Amino acid sequence: MAVTEHPGGETARQGSGFWPSVWNAPASRWGFAAILLLIPAAAGDFWLLQVYGWTFALGIVALSLQFLGGYGGMVSLAQMTIAGFAGYMVAIFGTSSVEHISLGWPWWLNIPAAIFLAVIFGTITGALAVRTEGIYTIMITLAIAAAFFFFVNQDYVLFNGFSGFNSVLPPTLFGVDWREPTAYYYMTLFFAVLAYGVVLYVSRSPFGLALQGVRDNPRRMAALGFNVTAHRIAAYAFASVIAAVGGLLLVWSNAQVSPGTQSIDWVINILIIAVVGGMSRPIGPFIGAFIFVLLENWSETALAWVGLSPERFKLVIGLGFLAIVLWSRDGVLGIWESWRARSRRDPLTGRAPGDDA
Amino acid sequence: MKKLLSTVAMAALVSFGATGAQAQEPIRIGVLATLEGTYTVLGEDGVRGLKTALAKWNNTAGGRPIEIIIAATDASPDSAVRAARKVVEQDGVDFVIGPLSGSEGIAIRDYAKTQPDVTFINGSSGAMETTYVTPAENFFRYNMDGAQWSVGLGEYIYNEKGYETVATVGEDYSFVYTQVFGFAIDFCKAGGEITERFWVPLGTKDFGSIIAALPDDVDAIYLGLGGGDAVNFLNQYMQAGGEAKLIGGTIMVDGTVLNSKGAAKEALIGTPSAGPQADTWDDPKWQEYVKLYQDTFPEDERFPIPSLLATGYYNSMDAALTCIDQIGGELGEGQADFRQCLATIELDAPNGTITLDDKRQAIGSNFVSEVVQLADGSLATQMVMKVDGINQTLGLDPEAFDAIGLPGRDTPECKSEY
Repeated sequence: MAVTEHPGGETARQGSGFWPSVWNAPASRWGFAAILLLIPAAAGDFWLLQVYGWTFALGIVALSLQFLGGYGGMVSLAQMTIAGFAGYMVAIFGTSSVEHISLGWPWWLNIPAAIFLAVIFGTITGALAVRTEGIYTIMITLAIAAAFFFFVNQDYVLFNGFSGFNSVLPPTLFGVDWREPTAYYYMTLFFAVLAYGVVLYVSRSPFGLALQGVRDNPRRMAALGFNVTAHRIAAYAFASVIAAVGGLLLVWSNAQVSPGTQSIDWVINILIIAVVGGMSRPIGPFIGAFIFVLLENWSETALAWVGLSPERFKLVIGLGFLAIVLWSRDGVLGIWESWRARSRRDPLTGRAPGDDA
Repeated sequence: MKKLLSTVAMAALVSFGATGAQAQEPIRIGVLATLEGTYTVLGEDGVRGLKTALAKWNNTAGGRPIEIIIAATDASPDSAVRAARKVVEQDGVDFVIGPLSGSEGIAIRDYAKTQPDVTFINGSSGAMETTYVTPAENFFRYNMDGAQWSVGLGEYIYNEKGYETVATVGEDYSFVYTQVFGFAIDFCKAGGEITERFWVPLGTKDFGSIIAALPDDVDAIYLGLGGGDAVNFLNQYMQAGGEAKLIGGTIMVDGTVLNSKGAAKEALIGTPSAGPQADTWDDPKWQEYVKLYQDTFPEDERFPIPSLLATGYYNSMDAALTCIDQIGGELGEGQADFRQCLATIELDAPNGTITLDDKRQAIGSNFVSEVVQLADGSLATQMVMKVDGINQTLGLDPEAFDAIGLPGRDTPECKSEY
């Protein structure tokens, strides 16, 4: 869905603006929003915390990858690392059970500081990665993710090594315990909707359009006078804000941050979530996260039902994702090519622009 | 969008069902065990130990059937919290038994504080902090910690074996710190010296650089490794032609390593170590327990002798079931009756009597042993010394003990007085 390639549709969209498109949304979307708001009335604590809360938090982190991948054409595997970094910062500046490291700052200082540092970390990562393309971007961000994992695993001065930090709790604001299931649900829902809206808004802003232009043809954009590198780095910085918010929500959900939080498994999981859900629109990561959370929670139960050993639960998760990726024809290796192919195709005729000529 | 809508609607519907269903009759127990990663074999034997206790009680206590729900972890604290949240918040268990590994235990202690209505009984995790620093009211540990498991070893190797200088290799996390802590205090007090301490990440596959860096001017090398790491190290050490005398950490010379495939484990014959059990102990209660374990599982699905993980989970389950039986199957308001019993019970365990201190931490017996080859060719540990009544401060004055500091890479210092 590369709007820059279809000037006609493009103007129409820009003309309608962002807010009217929200208010004039079809009834099904309003119904969906109502359901999201009413879920706590029906769902149990486990569902609110471990299913929906987790879906929103993971979805936000994957959304930052979707933004980079879908609009910027950059598949960054460092998004979970940035999220985990934010979690570590909030544990170090705020309160945790590791009292000799945690500084115990108040939330209004602690949370902005954590997000700010995570953005710096993400921007540096981006500055390193933007000079590469495709598979090399994946490699360099994976290297950064792996290096950070091994570093926190062995650093005891700042990151408390293998054990990490426990009792990392959200602040009690407005007299509400935000880890209480209903409150946590609304908090994550709020940030998920906010992040979704902001990504949608930015994707239609001049910056977002330029970024999509950079994705589709960096040379042409450079010739038009756009600073390609700066746009890409700015995209990383913006995605880092989103990843950092998702990271804080994730850490608060388990009240815990440790090397395992951003292990290579989780780095890959975020990619799986984004790929499974779909990289073309910002709703994709949330769909992917929901599927992921359901499989993660119930594959053991499902195995027990059919009489197989529950120890093989990873097999079910793997097969589930294999099936989805096969079915959606969006395999990890083909991501890069399929975006390009799709973006060239005319949505009405299904033909690539080159065919007309 | 429509599809998504129906998915969410369905999820909301299922949520109704999830909250409505709560079984009244059976007592439901959540079990955390390392069934993934480098400690998989340990977790599997832990679960066997737990099932041995269930078999002993015939799956009933206090007139109520027992139902267990097992959740897999991988020895990392985040996996332990996720698994605990699943059994507590999704499955709604009455209490939890586990976890197995040190840093998991610290994480579960802090998680337990957020779930004051649920009781947690440790499986076999042995980090000192878990019960020594800011303990949780609802967390009980019937196994001794890693330092208690080291008691007697340092003195034995210094006096009987004549090892005066030792280098240590250990996995870089809380349990092994605690183990080396206990070993160092004992060994250094006796007059020994620890020249170097090497730390490797949990789950290390390639020990090449560590093996190359091992000093050859020490009398022996202390190995604080476990599970897959221990087997990998031994294999690579043998291939590199290593010949140093070895000293084993508790899970280094445990059944989980001694029963591994391949010849590398033979390097361990004669290795001294210490821990909460000695495989070939002739005490009738121990033999009875070993027999029960052997009878509960077919021969090809168990070890010849239960590992200390099995014993740890067995004791935890046995304590829980004994208490449920005593209080007639009613855990009481906020599980108060159950906890009262757990805190005061004197557990007649196969590896010696266990009582809990005021931090709900075990006081018990420790065994110094050596690895021997049995008549059938298999390896096992044989007791050379038994120390009774070991508390968490290792018999030191609490103030002197606190002055040493918490276990870490370089703590404690090696000195002759503490």
